[in-house]
Amino acid sequence: MFSRGKWGIHPETHKTATADRPIESMKLPEKVIIPIRQHIGAPCEPVVKKGDLVKTGQLIAVGNAAVSSNTHASVSGTVTEIAVKPHPICGEDMAIVIESDGADQWEENIPTNRDWQAMTNEEILSIIKNAGIVGMGGAAFPTYVKLNPPKDKQIDTLIINAAECEPFLTADHRVMLEYAQSVVSGIKIMKKILGVQNIIVGVEDNKMDAVKVMREAFGDLAQVIPMKTQYPQGAEKMIIKTLLQRSVSSGQLPMDVGVVVQNVGTAAAVADAVIKGIPLVERIVTVSGSMIKEPKNLKVRIGTSFADVIAACGGFEGTPGKVIMGGPMMGIAEYTVDVPVIKGTSGILAISVKEAKKMEESPCIHCGKCVSVCPMGLNPSMLSILAEKEIIDEARDEYNIVDCMECGCCSFVCPAKRHIVHHIKYTKKLLADKAAREKGATK
Amino acid sequence: MSADNALTLEQKQAGIFTVSASPHMLSNESIPKIMWTVVIALLPAVIFGMVIFGGGAVQTVLLCVISAMVFEAMVLKIRKRRICINDGSAFLTGLLLAMCLPADVPFYLPIVGSFIAIVVAKHSMGGLGYNIFNPAHVGRAALVLSWPVAMTTWTPMTYSVDTVSSATPLGVLKLQGYDAVVQMFGGQADMYKDLFFGFRGGCLGETSVLLLVLGGIFLIYKGYIDWVVPVTMIGTVGVLTWAFGGSVGLFSGDPLFHMMAGGLIIGAFFMATDMVTSPITKKGKIIFAFGCGAITVLIRLIGGYPEGVCYSILLMNSVTPLIDRLCKVPSQKRRVA
Ligand code: SF4
Ligand code: SF4
Repeated sequence: MFSRGKWGIHPETHKTATADRPIESMKLPEKVIIPIRQHIGAPCEPVVKKGDLVKTGQLIAVGNAAVSSNTHASVSGTVTEIAVKPHPICGEDMAIVIESDGADQWEENIPTNRDWQAMTNEEILSIIKNAGIVGMGGAAFPTYVKLNPPKDKQIDTLIINAAECEPFLTADHRVMLEYAQSVVSGIKIMKKILGVQNIIVGVEDNKMDAVKVMREAFGDLAQVIPMKTQYPQGAEKMIIKTLLQRSVSSGQLPMDVGVVVQNVGTAAAVADAVIKGIPLVERIVTVSGSMIKEPKNLKVRIGTSFADVIAACGGFEGTPGKVIMGGPMMGIAEYTVDVPVIKGTSGILAISVKEAKKMEESPCIHCGKCVSVCPMGLNPSMLSILAEKEIIDEARDEYNIVDCMECGCCSFVCPAKRHIVHHIKYTKKLLADKAAREKGATK
Repeated sequence: MSADNALTLEQKQAGIFTVSASPHMLSNESIPKIMWTVVIALLPAVIFGMVIFGGGAVQTVLLCVISAMVFEAMVLKIRKRRICINDGSAFLTGLLLAMCLPADVPFYLPIVGSFIAIVVAKHSMGGLGYNIFNPAHVGRAALVLSWPVAMTTWTPMTYSVDTVSSATPLGVLKLQGYDAVVQMFGGQADMYKDLFFGFRGGCLGETSVLLLVLGGIFLIYKGYIDWVVPVTMIGTVGVLTWAFGGSVGLFSGDPLFHMMAGGLIIGAFFMATDMVTSPITKKGKIIFAFGCGAITVLIRLIGGYPEGVCYSILLMNSVTPLIDRLCKVPSQKRRVA
């Protein structure tokens, strides 16, 4: 068992509600809302217009910028609107609305059966790029970018992140149990592209059944290592430290220490894209929380509204106080259930009014708990105090605010219920605004 | 989708959902929980004090605690804050103050002490979280300055195991020397034993090393205090008194005696660990605790008072912000970044 010093927290995992529930395919929604911005980076450009007939898997928006990826129709039907719609991250953003014809007619040649071993790396990478594959763990960073590091970076290890350390979420867990073969093929493909020998799959030790299945599926291909169940074990920097004892310094990326980290769900998506030619049009979403009648792991088409997904789980049980996209530690609270599932939607949680109650914040009592749990070794107490006073330069220069990954451990433990992460996000925004202003001034 | 499992419009609108920054899940840690847990950890030693010093101790404890809570409520009302005296912080301050007083002080001392602790030391600085000095210790220090005689009139124990007088061991040490202390207890072994169990003169809550250490270990186990603070502070006192505390040259002192006497144990476990007034990082805590120990020894061996724990902690409180500036972030070794 690998573990390391004292950091992080042990929140209740709440995974039993869905851990044993096999993935169900949700039935087709009547319409989908597909935002042209699926992740950080540039939005993509629509290539369809209102009134067009589209098939499932058809390209509807292209990503031309360096960090962007293509987006595909997730149902067959008619494009009824290209307009500003509710967006789970941005509040509102441009989206392509497709009314389903109910037939789910796929693009020609999907699925096919391709022999990836006969392809060149460039061919495979362009397939991954064109299929719009992004990290399935939540951040939704385009996968081809990570698989194509600059030539001067020596990559020696591929880490498959199956920690799934966020409470409630069980999507990765189910993928490992049910799609082991796709995961293995995906990893083989990534191994070929990166040319690495060392492959490690890191799984939190609360999923020993998955460890067993993965070990059987992998044989000698990869080591499957159980890691201590501890949040945020699945954060890139943490998993690299735990499995390889390598530190990714401030401002560095995993590739700077010779590592590429990919989520286990991404591996399955890569296999589907490369072998079967299926673009990213659906994903596994854990729907859970005390206010969901029948918690489930659902295979959902991208663009399905949260309302439809929740309805497919029997609807709400009582009045929900908060609906969250992602896990409870880093997820985003939604103002409406009309927002659609996007490529990074790993979970949809609904919690009660009581659980959602905003705690009144009191002054910091200096207890030091936040300092002792912060996995990045920061001083969250001071960061929140500086934020309140808007002393942003000091937060950046002396307290390394940019290293904060917003994991939420500090807010979680704080007895004074201080909204530390909120303060940190706010300060970061002020810093970004300031940087933008300065850049504007020097131009 | 069938009508009955579709979301009704009401259901959709029922949640004007709470939208707030992550995390959406918090631990059940809270300030009242911490404060009341510390109170529980102190109770055995307080009850022991009441038993050996009798009714005066009971009266002093009640006066301190009640007046502290009353002052807290009054100040909160004047400051137009929510009155939440059941958060335990005023109760704890009153209790700690009482534990640092002789059992039979006149009734107005606890009241004045609580006033100074709560109104002057805590709320004039901005209230819980903003005070620089440990409120209970400020209260005690003010009382020592204002009523030096009452504050050094020690109560004899209600039932004496042997012929121990009411004088405090450190007081005897200061005036008559080490041999007189040993004589007072009737031998070195008896002295260690009585100090350990708490059968000796002194402030009402400071005497029982055993019960205070047990309470301290409970809090360490709970994660509310950091073990480095008591260990560093008591260790520093031990080493320095061993080296410089003897009458026949270096390393002839009695560290065990110094570590168990006076208010060191209660100070090291419950005062120097006060969250609000001590540094936040581990490195800072070590510096702080070392300073407390060193100043304590300085006062005990050279200064005019027999005991120096209270002043040493107050002095180090004043440099806490400085220490926090020096040790901004935790040890670099642990950092991933
Ligand atoms: S300061 Fe940032 S990195 Fe540290 S615990 Fe808080 S959210 Fe996590
Ligand atoms: S956990 Fe909260 S109260 Fe404790 S030091 Fe951090 S911010 Fe302050």
